[in-house]
Amino acid sequence: MDSRMWLKALFIAIPLAILAARFIPLTRMWRLLLGIFAGIAVAVFLVWLLPPGIMAYLVSFAIMASIFAVLSLGLNVHWGSSGLINFGIAAFFAVGAYTAALFSTAMPTGILALYSQQAFGLQMPFLVGILAAAVVSGVIALLVGIPTLRLREDYLAIATIGIAEIIRLIFQNERWLANGPQPLQGIPQPLHCLVQSPSCDWLPASLQMILSPLTPRDYPYIYLAIVVLFVVIIYLVMERAIRSPWGRVLRAIREEETSTAMSGKDVFAFKMQAFIVGSMIMGIGGGLYAHYMVSIDYTQFTPLYGTFIIWVMLVLGGTGNNKGAILGAFAIWGVWAGTAFLTDWLQPVLAAISPSLPSRSPYLRYLLIAVLLELILLFRPQGLLGEEKQVSQFIEK
Amino acid sequence: MQVVASEPQKSKSGTPMQALLDIQEIVKDFGGVRAVNHCSFSVSPQTITGLIGPNGAGKTTLFNLISGFYKPDEGKVYFKGEEITALPPHKIFHKGICRTFQIPREHKSMTVLENLMLVPPGQLGERLWNPWFRPRRVRHQEGEIRDKALGILEFVGFIHLKDEYAGNLSGGQKKLLELARTMMADPEMILLDEPGAGVNPTLMRQLTQYITQLCHEHGVTFLLIEHDMNLVMNLCNPVVVMSEGRVLMEGRPEQVRSDDRVLEAYLGGQYR
Amino acid sequence: MDRPNDPSKRTPRESMELDPSGGGSPETLVLVEGVQRAQRRFDRRVVALLKNPIVLTLALLGLIALLWWAAQTNWAAVQRLPALIVWGVMLGSIIALGSIGLSLAYGVLRFANFCHGDLMTVGAYAAFALLALLRQSTPLAPFSFGWGFLVALLLAMPITGLVAIGIDRVIYRPLRARHGSLVILEMASLGAAFFVRSLIYIVWGADFYFYYLGRERPAMQLPLGIRVQAYQFFILGLTLVLIVCVYLLLEKTKMGKAMRATADNLELSKVSGINTEQVVSWTWMISGALAGAAGVLLGLSAQLRPAMGWELLLPMFAAVILGSIGNPYGALVGGLIIGIVEQTSTAFINPAYASGVAFFIMIVVLLVRPQGIFGKAGG
Repeated sequence: MDSRMWLKALFIAIPLAILAARFIPLTRMWRLLLGIFAGIAVAVFLVWLLPPGIMAYLVSFAIMASIFAVLSLGLNVHWGSSGLINFGIAAFFAVGAYTAALFSTAMPTGILALYSQQAFGLQMPFLVGILAAAVVSGVIALLVGIPTLRLREDYLAIATIGIAEIIRLIFQNERWLANGPQPLQGIPQPLHCLVQSPSCDWLPASLQMILSPLTPRDYPYIYLAIVVLFVVIIYLVMERAIRSPWGRVLRAIREEETSTAMSGKDVFAFKMQAFIVGSMIMGIGGGLYAHYMVSIDYTQFTPLYGTFIIWVMLVLGGTGNNKGAILGAFAIWGVWAGTAFLTDWLQPVLAAISPSLPSRSPYLRYLLIAVLLELILLFRPQGLLGEEKQVSQFIEK
Repeated sequence: MQVVASEPQKSKSGTPMQALLDIQEIVKDFGGVRAVNHCSFSVSPQTITGLIGPNGAGKTTLFNLISGFYKPDEGKVYFKGEEITALPPHKIFHKGICRTFQIPREHKSMTVLENLMLVPPGQLGERLWNPWFRPRRVRHQEGEIRDKALGILEFVGFIHLKDEYAGNLSGGQKKLLELARTMMADPEMILLDEPGAGVNPTLMRQLTQYITQLCHEHGVTFLLIEHDMNLVMNLCNPVVVMSEGRVLMEGRPEQVRSDDRVLEAYLGGQYR
Repeated sequence: MDRPNDPSKRTPRESMELDPSGGGSPETLVLVEGVQRAQRRFDRRVVALLKNPIVLTLALLGLIALLWWAAQTNWAAVQRLPALIVWGVMLGSIIALGSIGLSLAYGVLRFANFCHGDLMTVGAYAAFALLALLRQSTPLAPFSFGWGFLVALLLAMPITGLVAIGIDRVIYRPLRARHGSLVILEMASLGAAFFVRSLIYIVWGADFYFYYLGRERPAMQLPLGIRVQAYQFFILGLTLVLIVCVYLLLEKTKMGKAMRATADNLELSKVSGINTEQVVSWTWMISGALAGAAGVLLGLSAQLRPAMGWELLLPMFAAVILGSIGNPYGALVGGLIIGIVEQTSTAFINPAYASGVAFFIMIVVLLVRPQGIFGKAGG
C-alpha cells in the first residue's frame, strides 16, 4: 500500500468519520474519537480491498448523491417543513450552477471568444461563486414568491413549473449569457492545485510534500470531502432552524394556515422566508454541481433530472426529516445508478423483443423511478424515516 | 387650532372607551348576497357576551370580519378605541384578540404541547438568525414558554395528552385545545365560535367553568357564538341576537328569552 | 342620513385632515398623514379598478395593442400580425380543448392534474397507432387526410378517456380514499405524467412522427396576406363542435348537472345522493377525451413528439388560471387569449419564448386578479 492510497483513504475517511461520529450511540467524546478511528479504518480497508476502478466509481457516485442530498435538503425546507410545492427545483438548480460558473470562470479571450460567449467571467474564488449562486437563487425565489405565496398552494406548483421551463429556455437561447445551446466550459475545480505537481503555493512545504503523490486523476477524492462538508454544514444549520420556533411556525403553516395566522404569525412572511432559504440551498447544490461537472449545458436541467428525481428522493427518505432527505438522495441515486446496470444487463432481452428497444433503454429507468414514486405514495407515504413526533427541541436540557 | 385637533379625539374616545370592541355599521356582500347588513353593537370589557341567531344570520361572517379574514365592504371595527378594520389576522392577534373556529383547526401532526407553544407572541426564535446566533436566549425563552404551556395544559386537564398528536384528539378535546391555545397568548378578548358544539356534557361543564374563571379571575372578555340555549342563558350576559345580517336586539338573557321578535326570527328562519 | 359626504357623518380623523388651517407642527403632521392616506386610497382604487373583469380584458387588449405599437419599428412583423392572429386562434383552440378538461377535472376533484399534458400526448400517439392499423384511405379534398384519420381521431378520444380513468383507479382513487391531502394527489399526477411519457418514449422512441407524410396542399390565400391551410379550418371546426358537445353535456344531461353540483360543493352533493365516484369517472372520461382530441389536433398541426403535451402544460395552466380555475367556459376564453398572444408575440420576440409569454400573462393575472376573469371576488 503506497502513500497515494493512504492519502485517498484519508479523504474517504472524512465523510465516514462524520457519519460514524453522528450515529455511534455513546457520549459525544467517545463518539468523536471512535468515529475518527472507525472512519479511517474503514476507509483504509475500502481503498486497500477494492480495485481502483470500482473505488473511483464509488467516489463519483458519492459526490453526485451528496449534491442531490443538498438539493433534497433544500426541498425539505419547502415541502417537508412548510408544505410549499416546488415543482421547479430545476430552475434553482440551473441558476445556481450557471451563477457559480459565471462567477468563477474567466472571460474567454482570443480565438476561444469566437466559440464561447458569456456575459461575464469574474474569476472569483469557489466560495464566492457558491455564495453568489445562493443569493441569485434566493432573489428568483423572492420574485416567484411575491405573486404566488398568498394564494392556494397549487399556484406555486404551477408557477414553479413555469419558471423552470423559462429558465431552461433562457440558458438554451441566450448565447451572450452563458454560451446558449453550447456547453459552458472550463469551470474551475476548487483546491485542484492540491493534486497538481507544483502544489498550491499557499500550502506549507511540508504539506506539499505529503500531498505530492496525488495525481490529477485523484481529484474526486478531494471534491468528495468538500461536498460532504457542505452537506454536513447545511444539515446542521437546517436541523437547528427546523427544531427552533421558526421551524415550528413553518410546520404550523403546513398543517393549518388560517389558525397560524390567528396565532399572530405573518403567514406570507414565513412562507417567503422558507421559500427563499430552501431555494438558496438548491442554488448551492447547483453551484456544487457546476464545479464538479466542469462543463454545464441546459440539457442537464430537465424536469426529470432536475426536479422529479429530487422529489422521489425526499418522499422516499422521509418528508420533514433532514436525515431522511440525505438517505433518500443516496438511495434513489443508488437506484438510478443500479437501473443503468439493469438496463445494460437487459439489453439482449430488449433486443429480442424489438430491435429498436435497446437504444431506448434509458427511458426504462425513468419509468422505474416514476413507478417507485407512485408505490411510495400509495404504500409508504411517510417514507423510510418519516417525521419525528416532537420536532421542536430547542430547550435547555 | 389645538382645540380643533383635540376635540374630535375626545368625542371619538368618548363613547367607545367603555366598550372594548365596537362594531359600527358593518356590511359584507358575497356575490350579491348580503351576509352582514349594517350591523352595529359593542362589547363591554370583562363580560361574556353571547351572540345568537338563526343559521345564516351572519354570525360567523361577523367573526371573520372582526378577526381580519374578510374585509368589510363598509363600516368600522374599533378595539379599545383604536380602529382595527380590515387589518390582517396576525395584526388583529397582536392587538389582543384571539379566536377559535367552529370546526377546530388544530395543527394535526404536531403534538398538543407544540400546538400550544406555537402561540405566544414575540418569540425570539421565530427570527431565522436567532436560533443560530443567540441560541442561549432562544433556549431560555423556549423553556419559559414550555413551562407556561404545561401550566395551561394542567389547568385544562390535558397534561396526560401533551405528547399526543393533536389530530388524534376527540372533537370535544380539540375544542378545548383551541381554548387552551388562545390562553397562551394572554389576550384581552377571545372570540369563541360555537365552543359547545360536539362537546360531551362533562367536558361542557368543564369548558363553562374555564370560561367563567378566565373572565372573572383574569379579566378576559368573551364574545361567543352558540346554539345551545342553556349554555348561553347560564353563561352569557348580555346576549346579542342577530338575524339576517343585522342586530335584532340586545339585552340580558331573560329579556332575550321572553322577546317575541327573537322567537319569530328563529321560527321564521326555520320555515323560510 | 346615509349620504357619504355629509360632513356631520365624517369620522374625526377625516375632519382633521380636511381642516385647511395648518401652521403648527401637529397640524402639518396631520396634513402629511392625510396626504399619505389619500395616496394609499388611490393605490387601492387602482388595484380595485384592475380587478374589474372588463378593465382587465381591456388591459390585455391594450397589451396586444402595445405589441402592435412595438411593431411600428418593424414593418415586416406588422404585416405578419393578421396571419399570426388567425394562427393564434388555431393554437388557442387546441389549448382551449386541453384547458377545458383540465379545468373540469380541477372543479370536480380539486387538484391540478399535472398529467394532463401527457394525456394529450397519449391521444396523439393513440391516433397514430390506429392510423397505422387502418388502411390508408384516399385524402378528402381539401384536406390531406382521409377517413382513416377521422376514425382514428374519434377512437383516440375515448381511449385517452379510458387511460385517464385507469390512472384514477390505480393511483388517485386509493389516495382519495385515504383522505390524503390534495397536494399528494398533485405529486402523484406528476409521477403519472413521467410514467406515461416514459412509456411513450419506450414504445415510439424520441423521433418525430407525422400523421401524413408528403407535401401539404397549397395554402388558401385570404385577404391581408393570411395564408391558411385547410387542416387549420378543421381544427377550428372540430373545436367548435366539441365545445358545443361539452356545453350540452354540462347543461342538459343529468350527469353534467351532477358534475357541476359536485364542482360547486362536494360534501353537499355526496349528501344529496349523487354517486360521486361515477361523477369522477365521467369527469375523467370527458377531460381525457378532450385532451385526446387536443393532442391529435396538435399532432396534425405540427408533429408528434413524446414531450409535445408536457410542453403545452404551462400554456394550458395559464389559460385555466386566466379563465378562473374550475370554470370550463373560462378555460375556453383563456385558451384563445393565450393562443393569440403567444402567436402574435413571435413576431417580435424569439419564438422559443412563446411559453414564456404564457407564463408572463399567468403571473400578471395572479398579481392583479388571482381569481381569473370569471371568478368571484373575495372569499
